[in-house]
Amino acid sequence: MIDYDFNKLIALGAQVVERARAAGADLAEAAVSEGAHLSVKVRMGEPELVEEAGSKSLGLRVMRGQQVAVTYTSDLSEQGLARFIEDAIELAKLAQPDPFAGPPDPTLLSRAGDHSDLQLFDAAVDEIDAARAIDMAKRAESAALGSDKRLTNSEGANVSRQAGASALVTSGGFQGGFRGTYASISVHPVADDGDGKKRSGYYWSARRFANELEAAEQVGLEAARRTLDKLGSRKLDTQEVAVVFDPDAGRSILGLLASCINGGAVWRKSSYLAEREGQTIASPLVHVVDDPLIVRGPGSRPFDGEGLLSRRNVLVESGILKSFVLDTYSAKKLGKQSTANASRGSGASVGPSTTNLLLKPGELTQQALLESTERALYVTDMMGFGFNAVTGDFSRGASGFWIERGKRIFPVSEVTISLNLDDMLKRIDCIANDLDLRTSICAPTFRVSSMTVAGK
Amino acid sequence: MSNTSRYHAPFGPAGATPIDAEIARKLLTTALSRGGDYADLFFEYNVSGSYSLEEGILKAAGRSVSMGLGVRAMKGDATGYAYVQELTPEAMQRAAKTAAQIAAGGGAPIPQSFQVPGVAERYTASNLSLDLGGESKRELLLRADRAARAADKRVMRVEASLHEELREILLATSTGKLVHDRQPMVRFSVRVIVESDGKRQGGTSGGGGRRSFEYFDERSPEWHAQEAVRHAIAMLDARESPAGELEVVLAPGDSGVLLHEAVGHGLEADFNRKGTSNYTGRVGQRVASDLCTVVDDATQYGSRGSICVDDEGNTPERAVLIESGMLAGYMHDQHSAQHFKTQPTGNGRRESFQSHPMPRMTNTWLLAGPHDPGEIIRSVKRGIYARKFGGGQVDISNGDFVFSLTESYLIEDGKLTAPLKGVNLIGNGPDVMCKVSMLGNDFETSDGVWTCGKDGQSVPVGVGCPTIKIASMTVGGTQMGGGA
Repeated sequence: MIDYDFNKLIALGAQVVERARAAGADLAEAAVSEGAHLSVKVRMGEPELVEEAGSKSLGLRVMRGQQVAVTYTSDLSEQGLARFIEDAIELAKLAQPDPFAGPPDPTLLSRAGDHSDLQLFDAAVDEIDAARAIDMAKRAESAALGSDKRLTNSEGANVSRQAGASALVTSGGFQGGFRGTYASISVHPVADDGDGKKRSGYYWSARRFANELEAAEQVGLEAARRTLDKLGSRKLDTQEVAVVFDPDAGRSILGLLASCINGGAVWRKSSYLAEREGQTIASPLVHVVDDPLIVRGPGSRPFDGEGLLSRRNVLVESGILKSFVLDTYSAKKLGKQSTANASRGSGASVGPSTTNLLLKPGELTQQALLESTERALYVTDMMGFGFNAVTGDFSRGASGFWIERGKRIFPVSEVTISLNLDDMLKRIDCIANDLDLRTSICAPTFRVSSMTVAGK
Repeated sequence: MSNTSRYHAPFGPAGATPIDAEIARKLLTTALSRGGDYADLFFEYNVSGSYSLEEGILKAAGRSVSMGLGVRAMKGDATGYAYVQELTPEAMQRAAKTAAQIAAGGGAPIPQSFQVPGVAERYTASNLSLDLGGESKRELLLRADRAARAADKRVMRVEASLHEELREILLATSTGKLVHDRQPMVRFSVRVIVESDGKRQGGTSGGGGRRSFEYFDERSPEWHAQEAVRHAIAMLDARESPAGELEVVLAPGDSGVLLHEAVGHGLEADFNRKGTSNYTGRVGQRVASDLCTVVDDATQYGSRGSICVDDEGNTPERAVLIESGMLAGYMHDQHSAQHFKTQPTGNGRRESFQSHPMPRMTNTWLLAGPHDPGEIIRSVKRGIYARKFGGGQVDISNGDFVFSLTESYLIEDGKLTAPLKGVNLIGNGPDVMCKVSMLGNDFETSDGVWTCGKDGQSVPVGVGCPTIKIASMTVGGTQMGGGA
């Protein structure tokens, strides 16, 4: 029923842009998206949930002079559309003129011929049906639970797939679209620990192409291993010690950096990095790039949310902050050019965001990094929201392992790790080579020479 | 009356194409066509407005409309779920057919007629904020901006926003219930950045509820602006927080986040049905100190977490979860209630028609205790006083939870002294609740700002508590040797 033909979405977008212009908008940009998803959950061998749906929605940004409004609707009936356009114009009249509001420079807009084929769509993902997804989830969960008697329970195994197409049409002359798929499998076993507690762990694999997903059984076995590893977790004494971040934990540290070099936070001065361009903000080992052009990458896209051609941006090079992440508005605010990082968020608002944000891998394997570590807390999971972007202060709950002379000694839980992000990035003294492109923000294992670990 | 509103769901009683008993019966018949114990239809219309001010001007205004139908068919522990945005007879039938796939065998009867149960009155949608003129909203934001700038010369940036919403739902179940509700919401927030001697700090304040503009008669934009400035200025001088186990005193109101994380989630019955919560099988046992009585109370008029009816058509009341420290019961949706052979508590909630219901909290309160709040602070030799919070998270399986403080102070010899940098507290649910050693007589509820996430679904909630003293908890600061 959904053919993922973005040309049809472009046609709808063009119609909406024309109607908004006729209704009084000087500038109109329509983003149309359409998608389908399937999600199944199997728990203790039985299917617990099968969810299937399709969706289609329309976001619109209009400007009257420099008055801006954004509207969003999933009601695409004729009556719904008429109301949607009328609302946008009425709201723009209410907004006050913003001297920085405006479209991107028309000479920067990309054309369809410029857009490279990034291989973002795999028809095989869209063909995964409920029966096959249930079978994958069953095999993954059963591999986990069958591998060890101590795994007595499960939060289940999930398999999901989504496919969609999106298009952007602007009154400035841009028309473009692309389609994409994404599939994932995760397993979440539960083990009984001493002291009446339970320990849950998980593992997951996600890719744009179905045949690149890790095998169901392998995902299950890895989830089992990670869950059993947590048995007997205990607190540490409060101390200052090295901290190793595994890729899942490290990814969220990289996400904090992303929020602080985001042009929106920078011009608002709500980032501790607001005035630090060209300065050392991290250890010389640290190189961070944002690359929307990675073939089959989870965050890849041929053009940005304003129609600019996607390009690779070096953000941090040898610890020096080279560039912020900018859309047209934040670039104007900072007296710079857009880095083609505009993104359309929920409710159709436009702002800068990263695409595939990567911390560049180093030379050592994860194993070799651990072996070179004298004493450290190895963090696999973090909890909570303790981060202040204005000051860089960071404090979060953590669990993982205690490492001594390169070996895992015992699992750790119920501790916090704290240090200002500025110091944390400067204290990175080793980066491993285990980068796995499962998500659009992605880091290999890395080590921070010293942080405060609070426990007993 | 509500009929004067511009905003009505097309499928609702005042809409252009109301869903009647005959359409509902047909769709339920399809949803149960392959068998199944139960099916329901959840129609939802959500319209929201947002207004954001920065740099002294209303910079952008927005409106969103989302509408659709979710069809659920259940057989034993299995759920089939499908949703559509297009409410044509063909599209709705297709969704019902997709949801039906899960079932094979069994077969609940199709209702011959529907009963429309009375719905409690815990808010009114008769004077929606959405229906008021845009200029009045712009003025609220400009008032906050002026007040924040007037409050202190060190204020360098002010952001204020207003979010308003109407969620209209219509539910038809195979047990013959037809339930309709219109749920309003407003949320106002102010964020400022102050600068002094090259140092910057942020401060925030926000509130709202299932209310309209009368909210601002009680809490004005000026009040929120001044509170955000007070917060930011107080934090300018913040010093490194201690690291280690300390006595902790929590201010009344928003500290209820602690309850929400430490006990609330663990008492949602889906985890206990599956045996994956550390509270599984512990009804009747001690899980908190005898000072603690915890309730989930959906009835408070106009509160952000209150609902007249849940998203399965059941009416939540006031459920006692912990009574004098003993575990009294769980929060149920229909599925878990059936498993535990009890009545649903009306806690079956979902983010939208795009998601299936789960047991969720509404307003979670820790009730007042016997102590004077001043006496509680005076009793602490060295500890932390927590005043504002950024949110929390819990690991259901072992009960470990964190919550982050965005305004806290050192307590030395019974007095509040230095302000402390943002810090996380970490503890284990039952362990921390058993260490509640004093409880104030100053119960307060949060102003309407909290949103709870679970399995990717967000729902609005309320929290509330009096001043709480915890005998010992791990404070995640950076200052070594900070422990008592």
